[in-house]
Amino acid sequence: MRRLKWLGGAVTSAVLGAAALVVTGGGEAAAQGKQLTLCWAAWDPANALVELGKDFTKQSGIEMKYEFVPWTSYADRFLNELNSHGKLCDLIIGDSQWIGGAAENKWYVKLNDFFDKEKISMDDFVQATVVGYSQWPKNSPNYWALPAMADAVGWTYRKDWFSRPEIQSAFKAKYGRDLAPPKTYDELKDIATFFQGREIDGKKVYGAYIFTERGSEGITMGVTNVLYNYGFSYDNPKKPYQMQGVVNSPEAAKGLEFYKELYKCCTAPGMTNAYMQEGLDAFKSGQVAMQMNWFAFFPGLYKDPNVGGDKIGFFVNPAGPNGHFTQLGGQGISVVATSDHKDDALAYIKWFAQPPVQQKWWQLGGYSALKAVVDAPDFPKSAAFAPQFLESMGIVKDFWAEPSYAQLLLDMQKRVHDYVVADKGTAQQALDLLVKDWTKVFKEQGKQVASQ
Amino acid sequence: MTTILQPDDAMIPGVSEPAKSRATRRVRGLSDRAIAWLFVAPTIALLLAINIFPLVWMIRLSFTSLNLSMSYLPLRFVGLDNFTDILTDEDVWIRLQTTAQFVISSVALQVVIGFGLALLINRQFRGHSFWTTMILLPMMLSPAVVGNFWTLLFQPQIGPFNYLISLFTGVPPSSFSMTGEVALAPWTIVLVDTWMWAPYVMLICLAGLRSIPDYIYEAAEVDRASAWRQFWSITLPMTVPFLMLAVLFRAIENFKMFDMVNLLTSGGPGSTTELVSITLKRAAFEKWRTGYSSALAIILFVTVFGAANIYVKVLNKVKQR
Repeated sequence: MRRLKWLGGAVTSAVLGAAALVVTGGGEAAAQGKQLTLCWAAWDPANALVELGKDFTKQSGIEMKYEFVPWTSYADRFLNELNSHGKLCDLIIGDSQWIGGAAENKWYVKLNDFFDKEKISMDDFVQATVVGYSQWPKNSPNYWALPAMADAVGWTYRKDWFSRPEIQSAFKAKYGRDLAPPKTYDELKDIATFFQGREIDGKKVYGAYIFTERGSEGITMGVTNVLYNYGFSYDNPKKPYQMQGVVNSPEAAKGLEFYKELYKCCTAPGMTNAYMQEGLDAFKSGQVAMQMNWFAFFPGLYKDPNVGGDKIGFFVNPAGPNGHFTQLGGQGISVVATSDHKDDALAYIKWFAQPPVQQKWWQLGGYSALKAVVDAPDFPKSAAFAPQFLESMGIVKDFWAEPSYAQLLLDMQKRVHDYVVADKGTAQQALDLLVKDWTKVFKEQGKQVASQ
Repeated sequence: MTTILQPDDAMIPGVSEPAKSRATRRVRGLSDRAIAWLFVAPTIALLLAINIFPLVWMIRLSFTSLNLSMSYLPLRFVGLDNFTDILTDEDVWIRLQTTAQFVISSVALQVVIGFGLALLINRQFRGHSFWTTMILLPMMLSPAVVGNFWTLLFQPQIGPFNYLISLFTGVPPSSFSMTGEVALAPWTIVLVDTWMWAPYVMLICLAGLRSIPDYIYEAAEVDRASAWRQFWSITLPMTVPFLMLAVLFRAIENFKMFDMVNLLTSGGPGSTTELVSITLKRAAFEKWRTGYSSALAIILFVTVFGAANIYVKVLNKVKQR
């Protein structure tokens, strides 16, 4: 009798338990005990991805675990993990510049066969993101990642300040034109100078916020937005790795001088080592009229109760005298070669590549690179910053994605910060030294570097 | 092991007589030296595994071209190339100069302030324990915490430090940046390091001051020596070995300084405050130049080890006098 009671109780518990699992949708996960760890940076879009990932768990029964690291230690942490063939991450959303090293070192699983099998076509994604996040060697049909988070540098401005009649008339009196979002860097400097030190609502404000961070990648990701538009290139397109006269051309030196002038004339005090977060703080606290930052942060800024909504406007990185480009950001999602759950990780990528999932990704605050999403007729109206994002993705350029990118990046950080913030030498000398540094790195890598 | 520790004549249930006698013979066969080795062996093994082996491995790597971000490239033996590269690199010498300036300035200030505080604390006064605890607080904090909160204190627009300076000098608070200006940043890291570690020097000096027997001062009083004379002829000479010890400890620590400076300035502006430890960290864990950074680490190790040895010899001579 006692045994029967126990059996009855067990059956009832099992039935109730099973019913509960079906209702909550976690049945398969609990039954299979499968889990995937996804590694990325700790920032706003990561929260959106966690939200999105719940759908994957519901469908597949695979639990998602996340390892998010702040941007300042993101590269150190995960490159160390990949270098040491660790098993922490099954999936990784790695920075665009890692793709060369990840492919050459076989840290990522090559996805060509998988894409063919699952009929995932790279033609369905924005071309710049495929080249930037997926291909190595660049412009070759070798894919190591699926474009996951499209991003570029853009600008925000205080629309409410720009639209005030007294400010508009003062600007017109000084510059002889209407105060409007700048189309060129000269216009941007005029506006920044105009706002610098001005009192608005009883508070002293400053012209512009630009990247100046020294430790990781900040000042490089800022200065390139000006350099590209003044005529800087990484190498001669006809002679790969030939940098002399290209990296340090007189036009590039002028661009670097301009960035320093902008830093000196029009930024808030103490912005000597500032990157994304400092920019967001400066803008949210009503300190600056214009802010350079990544599009990834714009959904959050638009929702900000103090400076969002009608008070904020967005514009594309302004053009320079010799071109119109902007710095590419963003990342692709890859399967880590040392993962023990490669099949499940591939299943995640297959799920993530679906148009409805990509559509939801954009709605939640992520930036889809799928053409079906961004080329849809209603996309420009789907967010206040959508048109600027779309335009920016058409004019992006990226930093080196070579396996030695970290050395190249840190050399540029040093040379540019030395000149812009520490007043060391001239712009020409800074770029000449940069060519010398980069030549040494490429020679160590075994590349042929032509001097002219 | 249990068998070995059994007394010779103990009865071990379940163990046959021949086995017991073999065990006894083994215990008797172990000399004191062997037993001592037995006890220290685990520690030595641990030291070999986590200290000696990595050191030897690092020496080996310093002669190679290994770069972990390009581990697909064949590993080449490059002889002394890494060492030559480092010693002929102007930037490395500038970083060493920056480090030397930081070490000398901060240690000198810490010794002066620490010794002064020790002289004050050595007297009996009301609230003595409270003030001693307060002075010691900074050195109990983590360098990461110190770096972060001083960064906030130095913030030109909201940081209280600039407002304090403004109060005394009339200079507008947001017109200067302690961590962002080439002229100020090197002094800023010295200031914060001194704030944190002068109490440590004070503790060592206090130990020195308390070790001076009272009868020496009493004899000086009888000889009508002035307080100044007592300080120069008794206090200072008798605390010199302690001061030298403090200088040694602080110099070694500051030569390796990384965390606090990295948080305060990241080595900037430009490379103004880039100490050699920051250069090493960047080479090893950001640029992934393993061979090169191993060679740099060896050069730094030899420098500190050599300088410390010379210093200890001088210290011993001072003690003997």
